[in-house]
Amino acid sequence: MPKEVTDVICPFCGTLCDDLIVTVSDDNKTILGVKNACAIGAEKFNHQRQPGRVKRPRMRQADGSYKEITYDEAIDWTANMLVKSRKTLMYGWASTSCQAMSIGHEIAEKVGGIVDNCATVCHGSSLIAIEDVGVPSCTLGEIKNRADRVVFWGCNPAHAHPRHMSRYSIFPRGFFTVKGHKGRKIYCVDCRYTDTAKCADEFIQVQQGFDYELLNAFRTAARGEALPDTVGGVPKEKIYEIVEDLKTARFGIIFFGMGLTHTMGRNHNIDIAINLTRDMNDHTKFAIMAMRGHWNVTGSGQVLGWQYGFPYAVDLSRRDQARHQTGETTSVDLLNRSEVEACFYIATDPGAHFPVDAMISSSRKPTVTIDPHINCTTEISDIHIPVALVGVEVGGCAYRMDNVPIETRKVVDPPEGVLTDEELLTRINHRVDELMAKGGQ
Amino acid sequence: MAEKKITLNMITCRTIQQGVGMEAGKTSQKYFDACTIMHMHPEDMKRLGVWKNTNVKVTSSVGSVIVKAVETREDLVPGLAHIPMGPWANRIVPAYTFSTGEPCFKGFPVDVEIAANERILGAVEVLQDACGLIRK
Repeated sequence: MPKEVTDVICPFCGTLCDDLIVTVSDDNKTILGVKNACAIGAEKFNHQRQPGRVKRPRMRQADGSYKEITYDEAIDWTANMLVKSRKTLMYGWASTSCQAMSIGHEIAEKVGGIVDNCATVCHGSSLIAIEDVGVPSCTLGEIKNRADRVVFWGCNPAHAHPRHMSRYSIFPRGFFTVKGHKGRKIYCVDCRYTDTAKCADEFIQVQQGFDYELLNAFRTAARGEALPDTVGGVPKEKIYEIVEDLKTARFGIIFFGMGLTHTMGRNHNIDIAINLTRDMNDHTKFAIMAMRGHWNVTGSGQVLGWQYGFPYAVDLSRRDQARHQTGETTSVDLLNRSEVEACFYIATDPGAHFPVDAMISSSRKPTVTIDPHINCTTEISDIHIPVALVGVEVGGCAYRMDNVPIETRKVVDPPEGVLTDEELLTRINHRVDELMAKGGQ
Repeated sequence: MAEKKITLNMITCRTIQQGVGMEAGKTSQKYFDACTIMHMHPEDMKRLGVWKNTNVKVTSSVGSVIVKAVETREDLVPGLAHIPMGPWANRIVPAYTFSTGEPCFKGFPVDVEIAANERILGAVEVLQDACGLIRK
């Protein structure tokens, strides 16, 4: 008799929806259906039952093919690689649990690795800006219950966080927002007329790459100073009108995404968006929030933050101190300069999401990839170690985009004999200890 | 008279189809169909003289890739083009980070020309090809 598991957490995006209902076969091995999830989240759960999943580690042969090896062999190879390498890039972590990260960081401390997460090519710029100027933020619950002005700047939740708008930002009725969508005014600033823009009351089309100028114009208008006729393709009358409306909010929120962090200006775009939020607080209550992508990239920043003081790109190769310098200890720069001796990727796919030059550099180094599925990175790695899907086949702590920790749930058993991230990293850690005790270091 | 080659401003972004394809598997047809396209403005398509769903060669300062030109659903302005994030888009993304750690995923110039008879490589193939891991 199939059973329903309720209140399942979705391990796809930073919204971490917590109301999924998953139907599971009576032997606890197969997912039969998913309710309440978005198209992407449903696909993540449904993928679990697809045939052809890799269940044992694989090692690349001289002819480019892969042969199956045992977990023991894979763990030994990985530990040897980590101990021999003087500087290892240990990148990923955004799709695994905080518990697994903590074990990974222990290994990194011992072998002198550089721990970096997906923020490095995502919200890294935001984290630099937040380190520089701080961030007046709030939780998603507060937004649902209070926000009556919502600005989406350079983000497209309709595609990247599909249930964000219905759970928190546009449509839900909250304690002080009883009219739901009708009680909120939604602005969308983007260089494209995105599907999010179609849900907004007002769309402001900024010229690509002119976000800094437009944000600066918003600040200028908020202080009542003069503006040129157009800024970033937006007429000044429009800017004054929007700023005056934002000032009348009871509670306003700015959500920003890759449109700000990836375009020219990077951290300076976020810096000025935060300063605009600060200015608006002279008139009303305003907050700002990064639309974090991976479901637990915020968690990686949290764990690194409380362990070493930096949210990403932490260089532990000096053993006695943790260093962080953007442009120096960030993954893409390390690979561009070919500065690391080995690569250890976990719960991510840089092969698909890093610029090709960085991956060409990576492919020339000993590489281990830990991922439940075959992806672009596994196919240029020496070793691919499959693991259980976190949030589906094993639980663990994750942080939502507003820094709220949520315990994800196990829904089905992993395939027989497949290790979880925590089990695998613990065994690699023990093997590293043994090798170092023998004087491998 | 259509031009042989046009220059566009390229941005790479997530689309929900790319997200679904990614979760279906990087080697799946869904992922291939979602990421091997370039959204173009109809005016730019006219300028290049390219029909909808025709393969084009997109070249940036770091390399080139073959993708399929499609008319955009989410309106672009003329001169702006969009390839969903993935190994194809990243074949042409400049890796320089201006000391921020973030490569130029959005806002870099590309040349576009018609390549109707060229084949679009698979997800793994496009990366292995760049890394010199494909034995010919």
